[in-house]
Amino acid sequence: MTTIRIDHVSRWFGNVVAVNDVTMDVGPGVTGLLGPNGAGKSTLISMMAGFLAPSVGTVTLDGATIWRNEGVYRHIGIVPEREGMYDFLTGEEFVRANAELHGLPDPGAASRRALATVEMEYAQDRRIDTYSKGMRQRVKMASALVHEPAVLLLDEPFNGMDPRQRMQLMTLLRRMGEEGRTVLFSSHILEEVEQLAAHIEVIVAGRHAASGDFRRIRRLMTDRPHRYLVRSTDDRALAAALIADDSTAGIELDWNERALRVQAIDFARFTRELPRIARAHDIRLLTVSPSDESLESVFAYLVSA
Amino acid sequence: MYDPTVARLTYRALLGRRRAALLAVLPALLLLIATVVRVMDLADQDVAVNLLSGFALATMVPLIGVIAGTGAIGPEIDDGSIVYLLSKPVKRPTIIVTKLVVAVAVTMAFSALPVLLAGFILVGGDQQIAVAFALAALFASLAYSALFLLLGTVTRHAVVFGLVYALLWETLIGSLMPGARTLSVQQWGLAVADEVVASGVRLDADVSLGPAAVLIAVVTVAGTWYAGQRLKVLTLAGEE
Repeated sequence: MTTIRIDHVSRWFGNVVAVNDVTMDVGPGVTGLLGPNGAGKSTLISMMAGFLAPSVGTVTLDGATIWRNEGVYRHIGIVPEREGMYDFLTGEEFVRANAELHGLPDPGAASRRALATVEMEYAQDRRIDTYSKGMRQRVKMASALVHEPAVLLLDEPFNGMDPRQRMQLMTLLRRMGEEGRTVLFSSHILEEVEQLAAHIEVIVAGRHAASGDFRRIRRLMTDRPHRYLVRSTDDRALAAALIADDSTAGIELDWNERALRVQAIDFARFTRELPRIARAHDIRLLTVSPSDESLESVFAYLVSA
Repeated sequence: MYDPTVARLTYRALLGRRRAALLAVLPALLLLIATVVRVMDLADQDVAVNLLSGFALATMVPLIGVIAGTGAIGPEIDDGSIVYLLSKPVKRPTIIVTKLVVAVAVTMAFSALPVLLAGFILVGGDQQIAVAFALAALFASLAYSALFLLLGTVTRHAVVFGLVYALLWETLIGSLMPGARTLSVQQWGLAVADEVVASGVRLDADVSLGPAAVLIAVVTVAGTWYAGQRLKVLTLAGEE
């Protein structure tokens, strides 16, 4: 059992607060750190990886402080987002160097095993600067796995990967989670996190917005008020009819857009009732489109919840 | 205190094609000048001392020191690849000491060795001039490497600051303000040369051997220690 505990951690850079009073435990299994770009995910991962000191609060691995404690790296593997990685080495030399730095008894065997795990043996004797982004990502992964760590931290690991590589990495991470390792990865794409993570932590604007399995996060996201843009043959009559129904909380006549802006509080009922109401009043619907489906607005709602 | 893997990575980064070419330019120039002077039969003690002190010790050694010292760690911090060294159970001072050893070895190879060769080409074993300046370059290499390695951990613009120090402080300010010359690695090196060279040659070092040796030792040890401290708290944040 290996657990990273983040306890009332904040981190600021000058006047900018990147992480704001976050408390969470990351335990065995796959955890997804979900949030829009700039939410503080990387800052949080940097602190878990011991590359950044919290301004206040503590980040510990099974009780041991991570910052300035190089001993913890026996148990942590890190896949950074940045690309810099000794491009003049071959993939094999790079992974073996990582094995040696860990002081493993048989670095050659360990690096062969790690390269096999990420299926990179076929290109292991090529220099890293000839690799595609997906290949680099897999070699980084091999370097993080070489000492078979109990904890694996990955910062945006799926960026720049094609669908096949994405699938491969997901399978691998899922397997590591099933083996009882603590796997944490960050992503700004809900579907990615949903597919892979049994447990999701949502970070928005530096704050810990939500936590739970993906069903709970999904529910939080679909149960929020939805905003719709509606155009019809008689907007004013439709507005009057809709506001009389329990499914809406507010309607605005937008004269610039020549449309209605509808706030639905009962999402399921609204989608069911809207066409019925329109037909009952002999109104034709011309446009019905959700106007706030971006992930950012979903996140914004989660934070205010 | 020494990690062979860190050393290997640092050597390969330092002696990669472009950087190795950069390191080789000045020594090649020195050897070329020495050979030309010798072939034209202009070589005497004064010419040798002027060339080895005015060009080699004053310009070449510090520049090689800048390239090797900052290059031993700066680029890794810049492109983030240092994360692969830092995410290991390796003591930070071990990383720094290893990189210092590599930087010193490279600086010595590209400065002390060419100086020795150039000295022999110019005046052979005469008055121990060749050996004296080679030793001066050797000790100066130590201090420069430590100084510029530290600079590489302190600022992202280590090369610029290194050049400013090497060119402005060591040459210009040193020649304008006599006091500043006491705090010049070049003068410390010259003090070593002064001690070794035969009594017939005067080098006029501004510092005598005792203080020079102490200052070289202090700069090397303190610089290395502080660089280790810097590396312990080196912050690597993501690309947000």
